[in-house]
Amino acid sequence: MKPVNYVKFTFLSRSINESFARGAIAAFAAQLDPTVEQLADIKTAVSEAVTNCIVHAYPADVGQIQITAAVYENERLVITITDKGVGIADVEAARQPMFTTGGAERAGLGFAVMESFMDNVKVRSKLGKGTRVTLIKQLHMREHTSRPLFCAA
Amino acid sequence: MADVKIERKDSVMCAYVSGEIDHHSAAEIRETIDRALIAKDINLLTMDFGGVTFMDSSGVGLILGRYKLLSALGGRLVIQGTPPSVNRMLKLAGITKIIEFKGETADETC
Repeated sequence: MKPVNYVKFTFLSRSINESFARGAIAAFAAQLDPTVEQLADIKTAVSEAVTNCIVHAYPADVGQIQITAAVYENERLVITITDKGVGIADVEAARQPMFTTGGAERAGLGFAVMESFMDNVKVRSKLGKGTRVTLIKQLHMREHTSRPLFCAA
Repeated sequence: MADVKIERKDSVMCAYVSGEIDHHSAAEIRETIDRALIAKDINLLTMDFGGVTFMDSSGVGLILGRYKLLSALGGRLVIQGTPPSVNRMLKLAGITKIIEFKGETADETC
């Protein structure tokens, strides 16, 4: 299925860009008319994924992070966060709550939060090549929405 | 972004956190709080989240880190004023079982 709308952007793995990334995706997701809670879920999941890239994918240097977001006719939002960093040795272990290699100030909750706040989370990683996280959220048309979601224009 | 205002009275300290807490801003909040904590002999730290508009799991790390620091110094940590979105994150983290949590009621001690 082809997306109805799509964005793609790349930025450096500097922590100041965390707020930019989640804000940009929230602005894009707004066309699906999400509830305040759904929008907060999306922002939080994106923030976790981008933070993982900054802290773990590029621990010693600055690299590129690419984000795509697509909306489909069935009101599905699909976001990918891709880095070309060190990769994850054991994806299943990394997805466990409280697992962290990030030190005392990291809670190890990134993937647990993504899984809790999104409908589906996929992780593909290759050591030395990078990681792609796919976040999927199914949004539903709200009853008060009378206008068509996507106009021909 | 985030801001933190510190109030101190004797050995009691309050940190009023506002704005968006993420990995970037948590580092600045942590430094501000820890500098104030270590400068004075603090045995009760209250962190107020009333002005927080966004928090990811970096906020959980921030709280757990201050909890450990206070414990090491022989003090206590209390968190208060958490908005619903922050409560969701804290419940998901199971952090309400570990530290003193005052829910949404404002505290008059500071």
